[in-house]
Amino acid sequence: MEFLSDIASLINSTLRISTPLVFAAMAGIFAERSGVIDFSLEGKMLMAAFVAAVGSYYLGNPWLGLLLAIIACVCLSMLHGFASVTHKGDQVVSCVAINILIIGLTTALAAAWFGQAGLTPTLNEDQRFLEIHLPFADALRDIPIIGTIYSDILSGHYVFVYLAYLSVPIVFWIVFKTSFGLRLRAVGENPSAVDTAGINVFSMRYKALAVNGVLIAFAGAHLSTAVNANFFREMSAGRGYLALAAMIFGKWHPKTALIACLLFGFTDALQIRLQGVELPAIGEIPVQLIQAIPYILTVVLLAGFVGKAIAPNAIGQPYIKER
Amino acid sequence: MSNIVVDKSKVPWWVSNVIVPLVNLTLALLVSGLFVFIAGENPVEAVKLIIYGSFGYIQGFAYTLYYTTNFIFTGLAFAVAFHCRLFNIGGEGQAYIGGLGVFLVAINLSFLPVPIVWLLAIFGAFLFGAAWAYIPAYLQSKRGSHVVITTIMFNFIASSLMIFLLVDVIRDTNQMAPHTVKLPEAIWLPSFEAFSGILGIKIRYSPLNLTFLLAIASLFFVWFLIWKTKWGYEMRAVGHNTQAAIYAGISPHKNIIIAMCISGGLAGLLGVNEILGVSHKIQAGFPAGYGFTGIAVALMGRNHPIGILPAAFLFGILYQGGSEVTFEMPNITRYMFVAVQGLIILFSGALENLFRPQIESFFVRRLNREVSA
Repeated sequence: MEFLSDIASLINSTLRISTPLVFAAMAGIFAERSGVIDFSLEGKMLMAAFVAAVGSYYLGNPWLGLLLAIIACVCLSMLHGFASVTHKGDQVVSCVAINILIIGLTTALAAAWFGQAGLTPTLNEDQRFLEIHLPFADALRDIPIIGTIYSDILSGHYVFVYLAYLSVPIVFWIVFKTSFGLRLRAVGENPSAVDTAGINVFSMRYKALAVNGVLIAFAGAHLSTAVNANFFREMSAGRGYLALAAMIFGKWHPKTALIACLLFGFTDALQIRLQGVELPAIGEIPVQLIQAIPYILTVVLLAGFVGKAIAPNAIGQPYIKER
Repeated sequence: MSNIVVDKSKVPWWVSNVIVPLVNLTLALLVSGLFVFIAGENPVEAVKLIIYGSFGYIQGFAYTLYYTTNFIFTGLAFAVAFHCRLFNIGGEGQAYIGGLGVFLVAINLSFLPVPIVWLLAIFGAFLFGAAWAYIPAYLQSKRGSHVVITTIMFNFIASSLMIFLLVDVIRDTNQMAPHTVKLPEAIWLPSFEAFSGILGIKIRYSPLNLTFLLAIASLFFVWFLIWKTKWGYEMRAVGHNTQAAIYAGISPHKNIIIAMCISGGLAGLLGVNEILGVSHKIQAGFPAGYGFTGIAVALMGRNHPIGILPAAFLFGILYQGGSEVTFEMPNITRYMFVAVQGLIILFSGALENLFRPQIESFFVRRLNREVSA
């Protein structure tokens, strides 16, 4: 039975750890499907974490913190759009600028407002999201297998975990089953054809970026007001890039991107387990190597040892309307 | 949307290469001032402190030039790759591994005559940095994995690898902190202090050393490489139009590899300044963000050595003056200057066309008026 409960807790932490990656990957799908590269997921996630933590600290309500985080991330997305859609600046440069700006700004402001360490104050129970215990979770725990699945795996997560997995079918539906989604994909594949059909390429890309900002805000708020009770510097720790890699590996599809995110989450959950464990024949693996596993996995996945990824055709190119 | 169309050929070179970058820089610094204000300090006072800290006394100025040295290396590193349209965001990791190269060569070959040890250590730094850039380059050209993500991942991996080595393999076992033993004093690069002592000027400690001259030499090297050699020509051709380059018989694969390796090598030279010149040992996290600053330096300097030199100097001023600010103003930390870098990348990179049409047409109209008058 101990083995079973180990597996259950491993799956449980996989679901939790994958949550910000799922939000970020879905956000990335919107931007990149419309033809705008978004390396700035990392910076936006960090910004959302900072704004959500500071917002709910002052306003006393994590939902208001989340709202402010959404506003902040949509603003950053609009900045990216202003630079790369309207002014046709280089999209990658714009993303790098946003990432570096946010790493500096969040830590500098946290230090200026709350002291030198660059942490925000610890949130109390009213100011942060708490774990949701599904009904009857305790009563059903003793039923074999079903009880374990229901009580130990599905119950007891933060609201963001449920929202993240709910967002995947919704994103799939929007992108592949609605006319908005059709236009979105068309703008990313062949903007001049879409323009000929009388649809405004620029406004489509701005709309996509707005949705992108909303989604990524959830990832950041999850980090600072749910799993942790404060913001600390560079707390996104490369998750924006991991999500981007998951999205590319998932060929810009919500379903396959989700699988890639879960794979990242699983390796991360596993690496926490492996620390300090003596493996047969190999001995103890150095902790630094274990911690590097998600990054090495990213490189391996991107190298496409499992098939070649084909990006939307017009990605990275500013649209220039012919006169 | 601006509808101003300017005949490019009529725009004088100094408008697009001097005036426009200066306007963008000014905008970035104005927004930075706003951030300083939000953090609860007076931006005008901060500027005064920056100028005093970086120019006000000889030790401060030496520190400014020491930072400039690092930024020349990382700025050139980004610029070389950028001429091939590659975004090498991995300067940080390449510099870290380059430091390992310097240290391993210097500690194992310290019995050789001193100038030869220096040359070999410089070579080691270049080689290790280049090797760390080689894998992302290979994956970009052969597997199409985007170099931005792979180089970022290689920064994380380099950091894990170096911490592992510093904790478990090459740590100075007499010390608790994760760093190596010091190199023998005989092979340290001469510092500015020693030079000024010969000239009869006494200054307190400064980290400025002979590597500054290596940085200046690197500026000439990159200029020569990019604009005067076949390699440079081919790299620019691939960067400008890969399809056309292929028709002209230029191999994108070869040039991606060459550009990234030279880029990584230049980033690796940061290790020469830090390890052979200043701390004489590898400390955990010694590249301290210089690699990322190189991006801002290169974009501000329009990826040309003539632009990179003043841009690196400006960042030297910001870093050295900035440490003066963090001393005097409790609400400002060094992260504020990371934000400033982000703003400079934003305004002189991504938003470089924000006011360009207006500025160019303003000057073209004025020049036309002078001609007709």
